Amino acid sequence: MNLIIISLLTLVIVGAASAIILFFVSKKFEIVEDHRIDEVEEALPAANCGGCGFPGCRGFAIACVKADTLDKLICTVGGTPTMEKVAAILGKNAVAVVPTVAVVRCGGTCDLRPRTNQYDGVSSCIIEHNLYGGETACTWGCLGLGDCVISCKFDAIFINPETLLPEVDEDKCTSCGACVKACPKLIIELRKKGPKSRRIYVNCINKDKGAVNKKACSVACIGCSKCEKECDFDAITIGANLAFIDSNKCTLCRKCVVVCPTSAIVEINFPPKKAKMETVAESVK
Amino acid sequence: MRTFKIGGVHPKEYKLSAGKKTQIALLPQQAIIPLGHYLGAPSTAVVTKGDIVKVGQLIGQANGFVSANVHASVSGIVAKIDDAIDASGYKRPAVFIDVDGDDWLETIDRSSEVKREIIFTSSEIIKKIADAGIVGLGGATFPTHVKLTPPKGKKAEVLVINAVECEPYLTCDHQLMLEKGEEILVGVSILMKAINVNRAVIGIENNKKDAIAHLSQLSQTFTGIEVVSLKVQYPQGGEKQLIDAILGRQVPSGAIPIEVGAVVQNVATAFAVYEAVQKNKPLFERIITITGKSMRVQGNFWVRVGMPLANVVEQAGGMPEDTGKIVAGGPMMGRSLSTLEVAVAKGTAGVLFIPTLESTRKKMQNCMRCAKCVSACPMGLEPYLLMGQSENEMWTEMESNRVMDCIECGCCAYTCPSNRPLLDYVRYGKTTVAGIIQKRNANK
Repeated sequence: MNLIIISLLTLVIVGAASAIILFFVSKKFEIVEDHRIDEVEEALPAANCGGCGFPGCRGFAIACVKADTLDKLICTVGGTPTMEKVAAILGKNAVAVVPTVAVVRCGGTCDLRPRTNQYDGVSSCIIEHNLYGGETACTWGCLGLGDCVISCKFDAIFINPETLLPEVDEDKCTSCGACVKACPKLIIELRKKGPKSRRIYVNCINKDKGAVNKKACSVACIGCSKCEKECDFDAITIGANLAFIDSNKCTLCRKCVVVCPTSAIVEINFPPKKAKMETVAESVK
Repeated sequence: MRTFKIGGVHPKEYKLSAGKKTQIALLPQQAIIPLGHYLGAPSTAVVTKGDIVKVGQLIGQANGFVSANVHASVSGIVAKIDDAIDASGYKRPAVFIDVDGDDWLETIDRSSEVKREIIFTSSEIIKKIADAGIVGLGGATFPTHVKLTPPKGKKAEVLVINAVECEPYLTCDHQLMLEKGEEILVGVSILMKAINVNRAVIGIENNKKDAIAHLSQLSQTFTGIEVVSLKVQYPQGGEKQLIDAILGRQVPSGAIPIEVGAVVQNVATAFAVYEAVQKNKPLFERIITITGKSMRVQGNFWVRVGMPLANVVEQAGGMPEDTGKIVAGGPMMGRSLSTLEVAVAKGTAGVLFIPTLESTRKKMQNCMRCAKCVSACPMGLEPYLLMGQSENEMWTEMESNRVMDCIECGCCAYTCPSNRPLLDYVRYGKTTVAGIIQKRNANK
């Protein structure tokens, strides 16, 4: 009987002593964490994609709480609604997020860009890029082995089995930029989504001379500068045999699309052209 | 018989074109002379469109320390200076010359008489070599004059001549030794004078017995030149492996051969040096081997730099029907070509046609940790480990596992029973790590 009482007492004393020590230690070394960090993290989409440039959503939440303004902090996945929520929690002003989307700037499908050789090595764009110029005469274009597909955490990019080119699912794309970093040819660009998801862009990054790249691919930009002359808004610049459309200046008038002799300029999500436009296109051809 | 001590493999030799007399390839209609080099900055063109050039005239000026002069290999009119496809499939600057006759510069001595007397001093020789645009003809095309100028405080003791030709199929150096033996030995003497040493060793693999006998006999009339026969083992032609095989010295990781008192030059480079110093002839010509199992005719050809490979191949009997891959260089380290429009560069040692059946890669399987690659690696690396790290982008770990020591010889991939693309991944890791190191040094 004695044995039980002694052991019980010892346990109670040890327990009580530890509790008292722990109580004071926890008071002494208490770390007060800003409760807003948890709240902000709650408001974020928890994708942990790293598109904001911080290690995961919590990293971004900490950065938001610490920052004076939310100017340069943008959650690409959540967009404006999320940033407004975050701003409300922190009592700061939210910056309107311009929605962007990943755009694959290569139109060289199997039919339009004939193969000159066959690659049978490792199925990885970066390794093929390291080894040689690629299976076609265009050394700038898409290699089609899908490093971008592997890099995407949102399942938003896939290789179209018909064209063997990557395509972006706009609804799923959060423009986190993982594919932009993964592409060794630097083909993918984050571009303004545009009103009603309508966009016009040059679907080529080939900087070779026109005569050379026209042989390699029938939809290559040959740098003829017809589009530059046609544009009334100075949105198109030609540099190194390649046209570039500034999405901030572009008014989506579609004049450049019609004049492009190689159909390198593409329009996305526009309604079909009216009859008038078609006749213009034919007369230009 | 001597050979290097770590790793190595012995692929079947297939020296099909051995003993085939060299033929002189006919001039093409247009020569495309590359201005770029495998290493270092591309040269600056010193001719413009419409200029009339003679054979041997300077057309590209060396640009920076690791760069070499480029000379016209044909005479005619400069058609344009534009980008041309090189062996990697990417476009590099080149000078296009429309060939018109074969008009050589008067300063070049075209007689076949062998000039043995060396009248120049060491610095004059190095200047002549630099002017002639001579680069290492073993494949890496590192400028020879840079190699002959040792860094301060270092002194060369011995000159090692690489006549190993360890790559299967290739026979260009072998044929050169048989046909131009005396010239090569004069070239070696010139190189010895240039770096001020009195001992030179020529290392030849034992599968070229006629060349060993020929050069041994000739070397008796030269002082300080010794011919050593080596056991056949790939990659014995690697600088560090050759020094190990001949001198028994190991070059430390990250160091260059001068660290152990050796300077290594290729045998074809020695011949080019002879021509440059004694005959005033810049480097614009070399022997290449056109070979392959399915080729009816094999051959060694004297070609000018800038000749389109298609042109040379046509003269050798055309491309065989059953061709899976065309390789510029040997089967182990050569580059698979995407087109035959590529021009002969200074470092092109041959064109190899591989039949379809042999050229296709076998299906990759899982690594079973047999460590064959580890025992095959001549640099003592662990290729299976480096591949895994490269796949997972562990660059810091790769650097500490000495990926920069890799000589890209391909022994690991050759020996792997699971057909794993070890070299592809290691090479990717190596280029990435090299970039990281470069950036770090630039920030210092």
